[in-house]
Amino acid sequence: MNMRKFKRRINRIIPNGRQLVIGVPFIWLFLFFMLPFFIVLKISFAEADVAIPPYTEIYTFAEQKLQLLLNLGNYAMLGDDELYIAAYLGSLKMAFISTVLCLLIGYPMAYAIASARKELQTVLVLLIMMPTWTAILIRVYAWMGILSNNGLLNGFLMSMGLIDEPLQILNTNLAVYIGVVYSYLPFMILPLYANLVKHDNSLLEAASDLGSSTFNSFWKITIPLSKNGIIAGCMLVFIPVVGEFVIPELLGGPETLMIGKVLWQEFFNNRDWPVASALAVVMLAILIVPIILFNRSQAKEMEGKE
Amino acid sequence: MKNFRFSSLMLVLGLIFIYLPMLILVIYSFNASKLVTVWGGWSVKWYVGLLDNSQLMGSVLRSLEIACYTAVAAVALGTLAAFVLTRITHFKGRTLFGGLVTAPLVMPEVITGLSLLLLFVAMAQMIGWPQERGIVTIWIAHTTFCAAYVAVVVSARLRELDLSIEEAAMDLGARPWKVFFLITIPMIAPSLAAGGMMSFALSLDDLVLASFVSGPGSTTLPMEVFSAVRLGVKPEINAVASLILLAVSLVTFLVWFFSRRAEEARKKAIQQAIEESAADSWKQPDARRAPAPGAA
Repeated sequence: MNMRKFKRRINRIIPNGRQLVIGVPFIWLFLFFMLPFFIVLKISFAEADVAIPPYTEIYTFAEQKLQLLLNLGNYAMLGDDELYIAAYLGSLKMAFISTVLCLLIGYPMAYAIASARKELQTVLVLLIMMPTWTAILIRVYAWMGILSNNGLLNGFLMSMGLIDEPLQILNTNLAVYIGVVYSYLPFMILPLYANLVKHDNSLLEAASDLGSSTFNSFWKITIPLSKNGIIAGCMLVFIPVVGEFVIPELLGGPETLMIGKVLWQEFFNNRDWPVASALAVVMLAILIVPIILFNRSQAKEMEGKE
Repeated sequence: MKNFRFSSLMLVLGLIFIYLPMLILVIYSFNASKLVTVWGGWSVKWYVGLLDNSQLMGSVLRSLEIACYTAVAAVALGTLAAFVLTRITHFKGRTLFGGLVTAPLVMPEVITGLSLLLLFVAMAQMIGWPQERGIVTIWIAHTTFCAAYVAVVVSARLRELDLSIEEAAMDLGARPWKVFFLITIPMIAPSLAAGGMMSFALSLDDLVLASFVSGPGSTTLPMEVFSAVRLGVKPEINAVASLILLAVSLVTFLVWFFSRRAEEARKKAIQQAIEESAADSWKQPDARRAPAPGAA
């Protein structure tokens, strides 16, 4: 009798076990990833205040009246001040051009890895993956030593007699492009490789049997088949670069206006949390479409559908 | 084949582009000269100098501690998430769940960092926790975004698995949790190790999230390096950076080595099983034939 009771109790736990398996990661991600965005949204409607924490409450409850006070001033300021608009546009331009550069450099690299021998492939993938685990900070720092006025690149060019005076590369947009492409190239290559390695070679053979040139088959078969990899790779580069802080801060100069840097300054230097929140909300609104695109391609990948 | 040759050339150039700056950094960390651009002979004095820098050493220990906690929690959380995404295909809010798992991969760090800090501030006001921001809050931030990486790695492995083994165990009456711990976990162990080491490395590297959610007195190693780097290139920083590079390459190599060995062991086991079952199928008819009355 006791045994049966025990079994019944266990059986009752099983569906609970399923809920637990879903519930634990769900609650964690909801609490620490999704809920915080609503708090950012709330504080973007507050006013900066000299207090701890440095913002005003947006609702008050007194004499049985709940008052909600939405301050739209932060958003109005973002629209009025040319600095912020220029920073958003600068970030989008930087992200777009670097994504295209990464795709142009990364696609042939991913293609070469996917067509290498199987044992060589694991080593090559490891070589591409290793930098993504190394701090962006360190890799960007390495470029500071190379690009500075008395750095290695200028020293090399001058000793070759190609230039007489050092070129100003560090603290310009060019240095930021180099740094961004350098740091994000692996994130483009890895999803492209994962996609290309699954391709069925018989399609290409059939095309060449029917008289298609190598370039034609590549353009009409390989590229369309790798669409999901291209989308995933481009989004993995484009979205984080829009909010990038470390690279423009260390390699960029006064001409480099990027929104991640402006947000950082508003938050840490000016201690204006509401404006920083409003900047984040607008950035998220710009990025929501690319993020959904990325999630869709990722969901397809995870379910194993093509 | 022209296409192939062009892409191989790009691959070689690309790899040089990726590794040359790091190589230069490591070489210059052994430069005896205080001027970072002038070569003054080989020396290890910058490395020796690091040991006396107690502030830096403190931040190294703190970063390592956080990275350990993060690796453990991110593997647990990420594996659960991957399991849900690959095995439980229908439940309410599945699309939202999928989005929550993968979005941290691309979300700009400044947004994640700011929003988590505001959450912690709001929580401190409402429920009185966390009173102080430090190791725990950094750990929560790192676990959240590392779990996404673990989920991607583990779900790739879970998809490859032969479902029939798990189904067989269920048919024989094993409970789902027993199947998970005795069959699924051992089969995905290499990817769990890879995910754990990846989380360790990512946590050790993070600057932006830690800057937002840390409190006074809990500076991590990247924060320490960043405040020094802002002022320009320094030989001491070259040494620290080289050590970090060394640590990460070591971890990467270990991941590769162990996953390769596990893969080989698995292939060997499968091969052995095939051979054994082949041998058995030869033996069986003989055994049956032996006691047959006609032969006796």
